[in-house]
Amino acid sequence: MNSMQRVLTTLSHKEPDRVPLFLLTALQGAKELGLSIEDYFSRADYVVEGQMRLLKKYRSDCLYPFFYVPIEMEAWGGEVIYQSDCPPNAGPPIIHRPEDIDHLQPPRVTDAPCLTRVLDTIRQLKAKVGDSVPIIAVATSPFSLPVIQMGFDRYIELIYEQPERLARLMQANEEFCVEWSNAQLAAGATAICYFDPVSSCTVVPRELYLKTGQQVAKRTLARINGPIATHLASGRGLPIVDDIAATGSAAMGVSALEDLAALKASAQGKITLLGNLNGVEMRRWTAEQAEMEVKRAIAQAGRGGGFILSDNHGEIPWQVPDEVLLAIGDAVERWGRYPLDWIE
Amino acid sequence: MTYCNNLSANIEPLIVEELIQDFREALESLDQIKAKVLFQQALRGHSPIEIVEQVVVPALEQIGQHWNEGSIALSQIYMSGRFCEELVEQVLPSSDPDRKHQPRQAIVVLNDYHMLGKRIIYSVMRASGFELFNYGRMDVNELVERVITDKLRILLISVLMMPSALKIRELRNALDARGVQLKILVGGAPFQFDPQLWREVGADAMGLSAADAVTIVQHWAGEMT
Repeated sequence: MNSMQRVLTTLSHKEPDRVPLFLLTALQGAKELGLSIEDYFSRADYVVEGQMRLLKKYRSDCLYPFFYVPIEMEAWGGEVIYQSDCPPNAGPPIIHRPEDIDHLQPPRVTDAPCLTRVLDTIRQLKAKVGDSVPIIAVATSPFSLPVIQMGFDRYIELIYEQPERLARLMQANEEFCVEWSNAQLAAGATAICYFDPVSSCTVVPRELYLKTGQQVAKRTLARINGPIATHLASGRGLPIVDDIAATGSAAMGVSALEDLAALKASAQGKITLLGNLNGVEMRRWTAEQAEMEVKRAIAQAGRGGGFILSDNHGEIPWQVPDEVLLAIGDAVERWGRYPLDWIE
Repeated sequence: MTYCNNLSANIEPLIVEELIQDFREALESLDQIKAKVLFQQALRGHSPIEIVEQVVVPALEQIGQHWNEGSIALSQIYMSGRFCEELVEQVLPSSDPDRKHQPRQAIVVLNDYHMLGKRIIYSVMRASGFELFNYGRMDVNELVERVITDKLRILLISVLMMPSALKIRELRNALDARGVQLKILVGGAPFQFDPQLWREVGADAMGLSAADAVTIVQHWAGEMT
């Protein structure tokens, strides 16, 4: 099987030849090319070259043309702050007062050079791999983007205290998210990773999610022309597995803070799980620990397909050593071959 | 239920337990009216600091416990902490001599722009009777100068992003180089995912919840006086 066949098989809740691995490396491309993070993301051909080298080196089953979280904010007029050893950070919020929402207009994708650079990256990657390797693009959920649009605290106040303005903000964000997602799919992306940490049970209770984040997801996902993986970016999701499946998501990124076996029992046959290696602890793993963690995850969730091994946040930190990432690939080869007879 | 008639100078434990539970439930369900009524009833015949210490702080501790167990969400923590801070502020303003102004302490967001954690801790610390500087967001160099200028003894640092957590090591090294003795308490998502991280970055303690922060600062304050 090639990577695409492997992933499609597991998404259909059947066992492929081995557990697919999504090693979501983005920044590491800059290391491969010997460039600063800012220089690396300044040109599509750099990211294409970085992604192709990472694919070969780590034997991941996807390409990941994700640049950095605040790239969408850049399109909305926000500032991006580069540092030498971590993902670019979002600058101050662009919504200063709730009243600003009343006049908020979403940017057009084609007017934003930062976004067209991503589209160009996807097109070039697609030309190189065709349908053999899934290309996973990223869009931030309309319900989660306000954390950097206006600040987390003021956004929570808005959710509870100003439902009409919340609806207005969701309308603008949904328009943008749909256009951005569909542009990436049209450029050659296979699927969209819909980052939605605010919908996790870590951030809002389930009853509030059902009235807010889930409604937004149902409306938005229905207008996106391709498969979706909802990623809770380290947030907890066990109580809302069925609710996320009901949005139309084919897969769900899950937290290292939750029991993967319990998640699998809840998701079996309904939604594929993506996770849940601990990216923060990964910085100080040995090769042996990496192997043990891979074994644990496969033992808990591998059987019957419906599982892609990945980190729990959607991005491997810059500080994770090469030998750990290589050990993860080795361990998947060793312990991820179906049938998983070694599991008791 | 009316509590005021039952409360004596030494509030009866069973009645207090019931009051704490009702107050905590009102906060968790964001029922501001009920929480306010309970708080005002409790105040009859008692000083504000008594009610803060015997009712508000234990209720916030229970909420913190529920957060650690994953049974309530960040949005509930934030809204309940903010509301609690407003209630306490009305009866125990910043200038009140019962407020705990010592040891000198501050709270800050290091490196990133995610203020939610700081807002939660700041609200709960103030709702628990503490006064502390609110530094907002700062970088390492700016923070070192403020720590020295304000003669801080305790610094609470909130971070959301893992790279920001690693900046705390830079801060500790810079403080050590200037000979500054300071207790550093850290909190935020990266520390939940890696229980060893706080030691690695040179902090003195880590809190998983706002209630942890209150407990740790109370302990340090006791040691320093």
